[in-house]
Amino acid sequence: MFEYYKDLIIELTKKDIKVRYKNSYLGYFWSLANPLFLALIFYFIFKVVTKVQMKDYTLFLISGLFVWQWINNSIMVSTNLYIANASLIKKVNFPRNFLAVSLVLSEGFNFLISIPVIIGFMLYYHHYPSIKWLIYIPIVLIITGIMIYSLSLLVATINLFFRDMERLVGLLLTFLFYMTPIIYPVSMIPQKYKFVLYLNPFAPFILTWQELFLHNRLDLKYLFISFIYALVALIVSTFIFNKLKYKFAELV
Amino acid sequence: MIRVKFENVTKYYTLLNTGGIKNFILNFFREYKKIKSNRFLALENISFEVKDKDVVGIIGKNGAGKSTTLGLIAGVLKPTSGRVEVNGRIAPLLELGAGFHPDLTGRENVILNGILLGMTKKEILSKLDSIIEFSELGEFIDQPIRIYSSGMLSRLGFSVAVHTNPDILLIDEVLSVGDFKFQEKSKNKIYEFKEKGKTIIFVSHDIGMVEELCDKVILIHEHKLLYQGDVKKGVELYEQL
Repeated sequence: MFEYYKDLIIELTKKDIKVRYKNSYLGYFWSLANPLFLALIFYFIFKVVTKVQMKDYTLFLISGLFVWQWINNSIMVSTNLYIANASLIKKVNFPRNFLAVSLVLSEGFNFLISIPVIIGFMLYYHHYPSIKWLIYIPIVLIITGIMIYSLSLLVATINLFFRDMERLVGLLLTFLFYMTPIIYPVSMIPQKYKFVLYLNPFAPFILTWQELFLHNRLDLKYLFISFIYALVALIVSTFIFNKLKYKFAELV
Repeated sequence: MIRVKFENVTKYYTLLNTGGIKNFILNFFREYKKIKSNRFLALENISFEVKDKDVVGIIGKNGAGKSTTLGLIAGVLKPTSGRVEVNGRIAPLLELGAGFHPDLTGRENVILNGILLGMTKKEILSKLDSIIEFSELGEFIDQPIRIYSSGMLSRLGFSVAVHTNPDILLIDEVLSVGDFKFQEKSKNKIYEFKEKGKTIIFVSHDIGMVEELCDKVILIHEHKLLYQGDVKKGVELYEQL
């Protein structure tokens, strides 16, 4: 059975990766284009126009934006995950959560192959990757992956029952993007608003990644908070998914 | 050995045309009750058994509940009350090529589809040549399937499904795929399964085919089980409806 599940996940993920840029000429570069373009825009606004005081601002932007793209893309695609696979859901009995797993893995793969670009920016700003990454990155990657998987599964499931979820999620993600210290550093948030960082489920993840790319350090506090968020999200989404999964075939 | 067992199975479909999430949150209890009561009956108190090596036809008018029955056997639906028991690997020939992706080649789709139907990758690779040969797609197999005709797609889907080495075949009106020659070939394949002693559950409006293939029929009428047993008697009853 284990071999079967392994094969199923690998093939579904491979399909997602293959299909994504099958008909485009620039392929892989499109997954870089979006965060790089955003970085350019924010650089212009915050460095050129309003002159944010921060060292290596571009590198800071890049390190947050690529992670954000992984989170954002996965959750946005997940709204339509089961509806897009309606014929499969209706006729074939396979573990439905594997579609969410493969979504997160293929988007995660995209993120992984964008790390060399982040390293390129690091080198430009005289930062150097550390050997410690080999331990740090897998840990943070797994915790982030669990969080994204849980939220994607939750959104995909709920969207079958309330199609409005799709719109709501788009709005919420935009809101959370600006509430997360991606385009401004934590140090610029006034003390009395710092609590927002703890309410925003994505903030600890982004902060952990930024700390990793900018200072080669694993911030244990934020990592721990991330872990708690991921764990709670996993439990809640698995519970809801298991309660509702038998209705999927009736609703798609 | 009992392959499929329905025990007092009742199935309601929930209808979800809510006023959306806003209404749901504002009037949670009222809306929740409304959703609970807004449903329609698909199957009412159905019990039957399909034993190993049985070839059973399920007949009935449109909307009687035949496809729901197959959905319950395939495990994509869950009964509202009662129990469904299935023993063995199922090959659902319900919608051929469900989950095919238009941008992948025939070969890539065979691998993906085979895995979704329950085979491991190793199993598929060992059967790949035989699947491709049976589908008669020749060199088209390495083309993206969006250029396939609908007949070619069905042939490929049929090929994969019959190669899953099932214990139970669920067939829903899919024998009319492809051209005349392929129809003959797929019928022969089904008979081959019958000879090998596989369990077959066959839904069709082609009464001739049911009479020819099946040893037993289940007649569903207006969501209830009207008759089960002898093919001739069942078909007679069906024609009087």
